[in-house]
Amino acid sequence: MTEILSVRGLRKRFPGVMALDGVDFDLRPGEVHVLLGENGAGKSTLIKMLSGAYHPDEGTILVDGEPTVIRTAEDAQRLGIATIYQEFNLVPQLTVAENLLLGRPPRRFGLVDKKAMYGRARELLDRVGVDVDPRRPVASLGIARMQMIEIAKALSLDARVLIMDEPTAVLTSTEVEQLFTIVRQLRDQGVAIVFITHHLEEIAAIGDRVTVLRDGTTVGEVPADTPQEELVRLMVGRSIDQQYPREPAEAGAPLLEVRNLTREGVFEDVSFEVRAGEVVGLAGLVGAGRTEVARAIFGADGYDSGTVLVDGRPIPRRNVGAAMEAGLGLVPEDRKGQGLVLGADVRENLGLVTLRRASHGGFVDRTGQGRAAAEIASRLGVRMGGLDQEVRTLSGGNQQKIVIGKWLLAEANVLILDEPTRGIDVGAKVEIYQLINALTAAGRAVLMISSDLPEVLGMSDRVLVMARGRIAGELSAGEATQDSVMALAVSETEEVV
Amino acid sequence: MTTAVMRLRKSGGLLGENGSLAGLVVLVVALTLLSGDFLTVTNLLNVGVQAAVTAILAFGSTYVIITAGIDLSVGAVAALSAVVLAWTATSHGVPWPVALIVALVAGIVCGLVNGVLITYGRLPPFIATLAMQGVARGLGLVISQGSPIPLPDAVAHLGDTIGSYLPVPVIVMVAMGVITAVVLNRTYAGRTMYAIGGNEEAARLSGIKVTRQKIITYALAGGFAAVAGIVLASRLASAQPQAALGYELDAIAAVVIGGASLSGGKGRALGTLVGALILAVLRNGLNLLSVSAFWQQVVIGVVIALAVLLDTLRRRQAN
Repeated sequence: MTEILSVRGLRKRFPGVMALDGVDFDLRPGEVHVLLGENGAGKSTLIKMLSGAYHPDEGTILVDGEPTVIRTAEDAQRLGIATIYQEFNLVPQLTVAENLLLGRPPRRFGLVDKKAMYGRARELLDRVGVDVDPRRPVASLGIARMQMIEIAKALSLDARVLIMDEPTAVLTSTEVEQLFTIVRQLRDQGVAIVFITHHLEEIAAIGDRVTVLRDGTTVGEVPADTPQEELVRLMVGRSIDQQYPREPAEAGAPLLEVRNLTREGVFEDVSFEVRAGEVVGLAGLVGAGRTEVARAIFGADGYDSGTVLVDGRPIPRRNVGAAMEAGLGLVPEDRKGQGLVLGADVRENLGLVTLRRASHGGFVDRTGQGRAAAEIASRLGVRMGGLDQEVRTLSGGNQQKIVIGKWLLAEANVLILDEPTRGIDVGAKVEIYQLINALTAAGRAVLMISSDLPEVLGMSDRVLVMARGRIAGELSAGEATQDSVMALAVSETEEVV
Repeated sequence: MTTAVMRLRKSGGLLGENGSLAGLVVLVVALTLLSGDFLTVTNLLNVGVQAAVTAILAFGSTYVIITAGIDLSVGAVAALSAVVLAWTATSHGVPWPVALIVALVAGIVCGLVNGVLITYGRLPPFIATLAMQGVARGLGLVISQGSPIPLPDAVAHLGDTIGSYLPVPVIVMVAMGVITAVVLNRTYAGRTMYAIGGNEEAARLSGIKVTRQKIITYALAGGFAAVAGIVLASRLASAQPQAALGYELDAIAAVVIGGASLSGGKGRALGTLVGALILAVLRNGLNLLSVSAFWQQVVIGVVIALAVLLDTLRRRQAN
């Protein structure tokens, strides 16, 4: 069978990191080709090149055997390449039909022909076998249905290549089954599907071939029924210990105690503690309520009932100031959106939390602020042009060091890290892990939320697993494995809300 | 690049943050060549006095714009404050220093109400301050019953010139400018304004009390508007309820010409001063050149668009 899409020797460099360093990849019509690799291995960079968002520095993309340059999203669309990202491209306020035919609604006398629009939408929905009223606003649909709408939309553009970026990450197991049914149907109709997943057990169920990426390079192309151990070996390619240099410290008194924390419909009866010197991992699927719990503990959002104690003393709800005073710090999951003032410089960002403390009678001690910032920046090894460099222009790893750094300046005793290494290159990751080690060695406590399972397993002294807004279980470092964590993460998911 | 050069660039060097100072210089040179009347002491003092009210309003607006807000009420609040001053002092015989304080408080209260509506009431700044514009303008008319009220002599002296070269409005403008520079660069309130405007959520998650700081910001803008109103009234020796009509837009224009970004996080006192001076010099120069008032509006509109356009281009290039 001939390749519909081939990629040869693709290279792409970003400031400070080689994102792709020689990637080869082949895709045939009527196959489900799984793209496997750790976070940062280059999967998203690759699919962004196929969808016209990034351009390769070197290498060729062949479509139907012809060397092709995909400059824009429109180019990709014309070639029949559609991508469904984890963040959907839907307008929530508009109806299903309007979303499906966004920008090209059927028209009559220059006006939108609603009847034709709903009819066309119905056809598209039937093709993916989803039963939903095209007049409903997209916002009223659940996440699984939204995904189906995205698929229907891609098909409406006559997609021959469908790229799906971790489509199962947010789905329950029933919904995953439905998705697989549709994917198989499309495959049988001759659509070529690129399927990204971190769930190894899904590979044999849905895939035909697997291409494994590691550190920006293709390390192998294997059949989908390859044993999981072999896939992991290809993916990781080295011993886990080096990558996660956790040095356990002696656990002391509980620094953070969370008791029966509940917010109606979001999380329920969440109780746990984190001791001095401990790294507690909080694992679970996206949408399990981990970030919501973290924000509630920190006072960024409210909760309905329960107690949060820091150092044995309860702290008031919905009060970031009091949480900080008590010694809590939060490194939010959305670094750029919530962690940094991108347009401000390094000094300003590092001094944000301690601004109050650096002020006397309303006046800020700018010299002292600068001195403290310089000290912490050099301790963290922030690579920058100077303290007056805008943080927007720093690499992801250096940006994250600054978010953590502002809490180190504040001498936070309990640090909540939400996805601390997301989108960060391998080298910077290890530096952040070593920072975590230094913190716990100094008797501080770390609560680490992460969707990167190897990271949770490698860095945590204990692992809490959340599912459906509840703590589904707790595992010691010894008990925690990919399987045991995943088993807990998907538990209770069959329950009807 | 050496750090010294970087620091020079960052501080705007000698040419202003966004080249606005260079623009002002070019404007002055051009007008000097075009009109013999421009570069005279009398005329320049005149320009300074004309710029003063706009500049003081604009300093207040700078705070608000740095927090990514907007204040459409400053012109009306200025008029209201002046009316309150004249009404208490002239119509009710309150001693003028007390009346002055009452007028300032009136401005600050208007700002506080704006801040509360925006934070606790969650109204968009545009709407809250548009509503305040109506309320303040209306209250000024109600209190004054629609006619000008003379100012007490002591206050009217604020419009005077000390000796022959020191107009009081210019002194007040410079003083308010220095206060603004200090507040923005050196105080907790000022630094939090940049953080809030740059990324409100990050500021909140860093323990900054965003609600409180925003209310303080709008209160400051209200206070500055009151000062501007008093200066304006002193020049006319009477408080007029319809004074400063549309000045809020001049103030916003001055801030933006001065290099601030309406999306927040950027802006400086010096930039705003230069912005206000550019507007005043332009108006003065066009008058000297006998350009009709109708065409003046066109020219000023074009200048505002050009200033921001150039700034955008420069920034895009820098990236």
